[in-house]
Amino acid sequence: MKGRTLPPRTPQNAYPLPPRTGGLGCKACWLTLGALALVVASFASLNLQWAQLGSWDALQRMGRFVGELLHPVTTPALLHKVLQATLETLAMSALGTLLAALLGLALALPAARTHAQDPARWRGATRLLLNALRSTPELVWAALLLIVVGLGPFAGTLALGAHTAGVLGRLFAESLENAAPGPAFALRVRGVGELRVFLLATLPQVLPQLLSYTLYRWENNIRAAAVLGVVGAGGLGQMLAFHMGLFQMGETSTVLLAMVALVALVDALSYGLRKALA
Amino acid sequence: MPPPTPAAAPHHRQLSAPALRDPAWLPRVAWTLAALALLWPMGVLTEFRPWVLLEPGALQPAIDFVGAFFPPRTDADFLRLLLRETWRTVAMATAGLALALLLAVPLALLSVRVLSLSGLAGRMAVGPAVLRQGVRWLLLVLRSVPELVWALVFVRVVGLGPTSGVLAIALTYSGMLGKVYADILESSDTHAAHSLMRNGTGRLQAFFYGLLPQSGAELTSYTVYRWECAIRSSAVLGFVGAGGLGQLTDSSMKMFNGAEVASILLVFVLLVWLADRLSAALRKDLA
Repeated sequence: MKGRTLPPRTPQNAYPLPPRTGGLGCKACWLTLGALALVVASFASLNLQWAQLGSWDALQRMGRFVGELLHPVTTPALLHKVLQATLETLAMSALGTLLAALLGLALALPAARTHAQDPARWRGATRLLLNALRSTPELVWAALLLIVVGLGPFAGTLALGAHTAGVLGRLFAESLENAAPGPAFALRVRGVGELRVFLLATLPQVLPQLLSYTLYRWENNIRAAAVLGVVGAGGLGQMLAFHMGLFQMGETSTVLLAMVALVALVDALSYGLRKALA
Repeated sequence: MPPPTPAAAPHHRQLSAPALRDPAWLPRVAWTLAALALLWPMGVLTEFRPWVLLEPGALQPAIDFVGAFFPPRTDADFLRLLLRETWRTVAMATAGLALALLLAVPLALLSVRVLSLSGLAGRMAVGPAVLRQGVRWLLLVLRSVPELVWALVFVRVVGLGPTSGVLAIALTYSGMLGKVYADILESSDTHAAHSLMRNGTGRLQAFFYGLLPQSGAELTSYTVYRWECAIRSSAVLGFVGAGGLGQLTDSSMKMFNGAEVASILLVFVLLVWLADRLSAALRKDLA
């Protein structure tokens, strides 16, 4: 804990004890109490159906469910469809991230105050827009966009793009503001226009950082794209929701396996890459 | 530099003149073409057809829907419902995280290599090493399945309602928390714990007196951060029938009730912002 230093040593008190914890001034105790109260209130108000979950009937149902899940269907036709859906998921995530990077950069420029004389008139408004884009989750975006473009992966791609543009736009704006001002200043005092200052001085500095943010978000988006489909936005999720809705557990199990394999593969790849780069 | 020979002279003249053409134009053009060639099949796979947005009448339902966002619905009945569902979202996240802790803490302790008695003497014995790797794989499986998929599965087993949401959060987050707890404990200074264990304390005592005092703040900080994430995901879990704000959004959206959707989105943004502020403040306190 912060702020607890020993009292000074004096001849009368050569080995001072640290101040006592506990008592009414103990912040950590109050926080713990608050957290406990929150947990108790949560369990009390949710009326969770533990009895139903633990009942013989539910256990039997769960057992049957798991038993069916353990027999994945591996007909070539289904495997082909799963492969198609996996590729669709990957394409959705990649294209969504690309759209997000372009839109994010376009929004980051007005959202960043790059030098002291920069009026940055649109900074507040753009930041508000970025926050709105970012705090609406992908799934809600997908549900909204389904109304506009109809069922299918296009809605999912746009949803990923919208949410990620908010995230990337904010990160991009921060790295633009944090870029070393020297080169841009040198060009600006010679009367070079803003666009060329950005392209020739600021962008080359921040480009590696922007790329690494984008790749990191792509990794997140592959995971998000796998589940977006449960509201009808294409990819593996849509197949999962479809087969589960029809209680075709064998097919569901194949799709689940593909999903877990995709997520684990992406995790392993990014872990390996980060280890190689570090 | 050697004196310019007649044969090298034209080359030399070219060097002193400024390059009028981008010297890297060939790789640039090649990479652009390669990227375009890769983008094409992706566009086909995702049915990327932005022009459907421009067709006459395509945007009309969307414009009507978004137009109904203003003004958001704010009558007392709906606000009461909204408040109840918001609390449910928070409660689902909190209860799920509490259950996740019950699972994550033992699993993390089982998988920490620092707390191995046989590991003190050099290589760990085969049994404990296999156990630890097994627990690590279990944690990997738990967190590899997205919580939305767990929720879909549990909705089939226990029916609609918050129980499936709580269980989904508990399983996914136990995987994440267990893995990160183990990583934090392993990266801390192991000297104190090892000295205790060499002098005959039990592994649990070594954990409480050797490892926990060092990394307690970091562990708590990570838990608070995950609580914030759990609130965000519990708000979304409702889309598959697990109660809370997500279910409310889903039903309002299916009825094309823009005013309700607008209020819910506003409350949701506010909730996420509050959780973000609270967790940032708590974590700053802990640092």
